Amino acid sequence: MGHVEILDAKTKDKLCFLDKVEPNATIGEIKSMFHKSHPQWYPARQSIRLDPKGKSLKDEDVLQHLPVGTTATFYFRDLGAQISWVTVFLTEYAGPLLIYLMFYFRVPFIYAPKYDFTTSKHWVVHLACMCHSFHYVKRLLETLFVHRFSHGTMPLRNIFKNCTYYWGFAAWMAYYINHPLYTPPIYGEQQIRLALIVFLFCQIGNFSIHIALRNLRPPGSKTRKIPYPTKNPFTWIFLLVSCPNYTYELGSWLGFTLMTQCLPVAAFTLVGFIQMTVWAKGKHRSYLKEFRDYPTLRSPILPFIL
Amino acid sequence: MASGEEDGTVEEKETNNKKRTKGTIATAWLTFYNIAMTAGWLVLAVAMVRYYLQKGTHKGLYRNIARTLKFFQTFALLEVGHCAIGIVRTSVIVTGVQVCSRIFMVWFVTNSIRQIQNEESVILFVVVWTITEITRYSFYTFNLLNHLPYFIKWARYNMFIVMYPLGVIGELLTIHASLPYVRRSGMYSLRLPNKYNVSFDYYYFLIIVMLSYIPCKNSTHNKTS
Repeated sequence: MGHVEILDAKTKDKLCFLDKVEPNATIGEIKSMFHKSHPQWYPARQSIRLDPKGKSLKDEDVLQHLPVGTTATFYFRDLGAQISWVTVFLTEYAGPLLIYLMFYFRVPFIYAPKYDFTTSKHWVVHLACMCHSFHYVKRLLETLFVHRFSHGTMPLRNIFKNCTYYWGFAAWMAYYINHPLYTPPIYGEQQIRLALIVFLFCQIGNFSIHIALRNLRPPGSKTRKIPYPTKNPFTWIFLLVSCPNYTYELGSWLGFTLMTQCLPVAAFTLVGFIQMTVWAKGKHRSYLKEFRDYPTLRSPILPFIL
Repeated sequence: MASGEEDGTVEEKETNNKKRTKGTIATAWLTFYNIAMTAGWLVLAVAMVRYYLQKGTHKGLYRNIARTLKFFQTFALLEVGHCAIGIVRTSVIVTGVQVCSRIFMVWFVTNSIRQIQNEESVILFVVVWTITEITRYSFYTFNLLNHLPYFIKWARYNMFIVMYPLGVIGELLTIHASLPYVRRSGMYSLRLPNKYNVSFDYYYFLIIVMLSYIPCKNSTHNKTS
């Protein structure tokens, strides 16, 4: 039977003393106990560490396996208001879906009144709406049924930042694609057909990767394993790339850029590519650190290049 | 082993020497740079006073000093480089934003919209900038020479209280004055339809810039640098 004291990481004030804690108690359980004495700090916003400036301990860590004596001293940092990843994803993806449709149907006060509720005469505009909507419906369904998240929550301010990004870009793109003065692609049907093939190929690819990653992890667990190619040919790209979901995502948006020939779409693709490259490099580095036998042929996001 | 230890200390001395030389070169360059910039803005100040004394009016004053102003304000881009290579301990982004805001004002507003060059607001912000920059660059110079007169230190930390809002007013009034000319000429703008399916309206862009002065110019990192 041990004791646990929790101090504020900044002020070193004693915030909580828990006596008679089971040696096999987890950090998660200790967080719940701490929450009882400080109801404003629910477990998701607690960061518990051994060292005031150290890394956060995981919920699964067990008390007796930590380098502490009979009285364990932990330091607490408030992570701020938290919001669940699922909530953020659903909100940031529902926005573009609805916003694009508002521009597509030419809802009043966007374009000149004589265009209200009219439809574009270019068939590529209808195709683009279908592709864009399909993409975000796919993302919403994946959030609900496919993804297995490592973290339950993220800081609340992220939802404002993320929604501004997704909703803002969606409005900017949709405004021009659905504009009465829209100019269809220079190379016409050929360009649109190629773009559609690239887009669909990458959508299927991206979905295949999400399924493969889901199957790596049993339900409710947070285990991490090296992903490998499966029987699905779309996953064979794992031989060359650590984060093929991002590779396929880039491909989808390149397809959409080609299809719509719209500079704001190109800008969105570029910004997304930069962000995904940062994430891919981080993930690649974690894989290398965690697994001694990580395949050396793989690049983070672009085979052999990046 | 004895020889191994000797090699170790020789290497240490070499890297320390290299560091010291780099530090001396950096200090020498920065001292030269700050003296040159102080001199430049002083030249500007003198030119403005002379013009006003000779002509008795501010009309035509901007045209008279335009080349000097453009030269020294653009040269300040080097300061972003100083932060990037670490010889000045300030954030690259903070310096970048400040220099870009000045460059924008000089090149994309005052220089390109001739009709507003005789506005009083232009003289206002140019005078403010001149006083601020002379204070700032001489402060840096004296700091580098380890001899900071109290007057300069006082000026640096107190003048901005009056200078900063005056500068903001001058800049905002100037942008505002330029709006009708921008709208009429359609400059720097791209209309639909075009093959890139994008448009840009410099007129609305300037309005957004004016609105962004509220959050941007109020942020704490702007208040002394």
